[in-house]
Amino acid sequence: MSREELEKRFQEKIDAEIKIEPKDWMPERYRRNLIRQISQHAHSEVVGMLPEGNWITRAPTLRRKVALLAKVQDEAGHGLYLYSAAETLGISREEMIEQLLSGKAKYSSIFNYPTLTWADIGAIGWLVDGAAIMNQVMLTRTSYGPYARAMVRICKEESFHQRQGYEIMLTLARGTEVQRQMAQDALNRWWWPALMMFGPSDKDSVHTAESMKWKIKRKTNDELRQQFVDVTVPQAEYLGLTIPDPDLKWNEARGHYDFGEIDWEEFWRVVKGNGPCNHLRMKARREAHEKGAWVREAALAYAEKRRQRQQQKAS
Amino acid sequence: MTQQEALFQYLLRLGDNALILGQRLSEWCGHAPVLEQDIAITNLALDLIGQARNWLTLAGEVEGKGRNEDQLAYLRDARDFHNLLLVEQPNEDWAHTIVRQFLFDQFNYLLHNELQHSTDERVAAIAAKSLKEIKYHLKYSSEWMVRLGDGTEESHNRMQRALDALWRYSSEAFLTDEIDQLMAEAGIGPDLHKLEPLYHQYVAQVLDEATLQPPTDTYMQRGGKQGLHTEFLGYILAEMQFLQRAYPNMQW
Repeated sequence: MSREELEKRFQEKIDAEIKIEPKDWMPERYRRNLIRQISQHAHSEVVGMLPEGNWITRAPTLRRKVALLAKVQDEAGHGLYLYSAAETLGISREEMIEQLLSGKAKYSSIFNYPTLTWADIGAIGWLVDGAAIMNQVMLTRTSYGPYARAMVRICKEESFHQRQGYEIMLTLARGTEVQRQMAQDALNRWWWPALMMFGPSDKDSVHTAESMKWKIKRKTNDELRQQFVDVTVPQAEYLGLTIPDPDLKWNEARGHYDFGEIDWEEFWRVVKGNGPCNHLRMKARREAHEKGAWVREAALAYAEKRRQRQQQKAS
Repeated sequence: MTQQEALFQYLLRLGDNALILGQRLSEWCGHAPVLEQDIAITNLALDLIGQARNWLTLAGEVEGKGRNEDQLAYLRDARDFHNLLLVEQPNEDWAHTIVRQFLFDQFNYLLHNELQHSTDERVAAIAAKSLKEIKYHLKYSSEWMVRLGDGTEESHNRMQRALDALWRYSSEAFLTDEIDQLMAEAGIGPDLHKLEPLYHQYVAQVLDEATLQPPTDTYMQRGGKQGLHTEFLGYILAEMQFLQRAYPNMQW
């Protein structure tokens, strides 16, 4: 069968909503695009453990500590599912981690911002997980089977995390004046970075057209961003907090909120490595990897010794 | 000392062991040698903090002054904490973390195995629930003792160094005082002297399999149970209690 014929059949499957599975033929660009996207997603889960992990030892009550620990642990679990999903496309976890540590692979820029107060833990759950869910719900219907199935599991846990984050914000917003200010300050700092999570505007997004054609993505960055704003504004109102955007207002004609222009200069600065925490996040991941090397080597050596001993016993 | 006062202190020992070790383990979250172990060590932390909540809640009830788990965890200073010195020692590396865990788990297992038959039903219930988790912790840390002790030359050396460093904290649990005696007489807690040989027997067996040498002639440090700690505890509390101290009397 010619390449054209294969590609035609592939597109027919996509158009008929038939999932692509690991052993099916797929265009090389589809495979590469998916590896990029899934591994980037996996790295985001793992690097995303760091800003929230920053508050585990300082969580204000034991109930909050347990909830935060469990949440960050879930993210490690999500990282594992996603690395496994990417491995079905013919890349190993070691290679992906190597790409992360060398700076070749990206992760979500949102995790390059610092968590300065306890309210940031609420804001991350509410806004960052909230934004992630918009994207991930869409991805439960993505065309690649293993990725779609990983997303179904992840979405269930993410929506729980988001409620948890919102509940932290609600407690602070209804607490003392100091706590309310802490919550407002966190919203001020996390709002714009959360909007940036959806990526460049459609007109500047290099991957969107192809991803839409192959149904890797089903909504554009700007569509998802609008959806997020529409859902989140009433939630902020309920908290009695103010979204830091003077241009934000309901547009009756469009049936959506209008909102101000994102600072794209900041967006690209952080993507290019100059956010407040890029170097610290990478340093933390590299240190964990390097300091853990002897443990991983020892575990392999021991497994090999055991195998040899069992062989000797058997013979 | 009344039995009620002794029971309160005894419950703080149980709760503080779980809390402080859980706090230490939670420092690993996001930084463990491999993702699977990040999840596993966090599970241990979650179990231990869960156990601490049960013990501290009961301690507050026994004390009868209206203190809840958070007031006990966040508003006591180091001199009023009663955990073993062992559990407050720093993580250092994966070897120290595993050795500390193993030395504690075997004691904790033997202790809870007896506490599940406590004459105090509340104690028995918490112990029985915790015991399932602690059995798994012991299996986990024992396996890692062997894997790293008998792994590579580097892992072996690191484990031996960790064992040499932590061994001096391994027997504090069995040094009894008036509180232990009062609890044993009331049938609330076990006679710790009876558990000690079982502890050493199992530890020796695992060390042997791990090709590690038990240190000899080591003076056993003590004091944690009575509130005399190493310098590490103050920093653990400074970090853990920060928000409650900086913003008193607020709901979180």
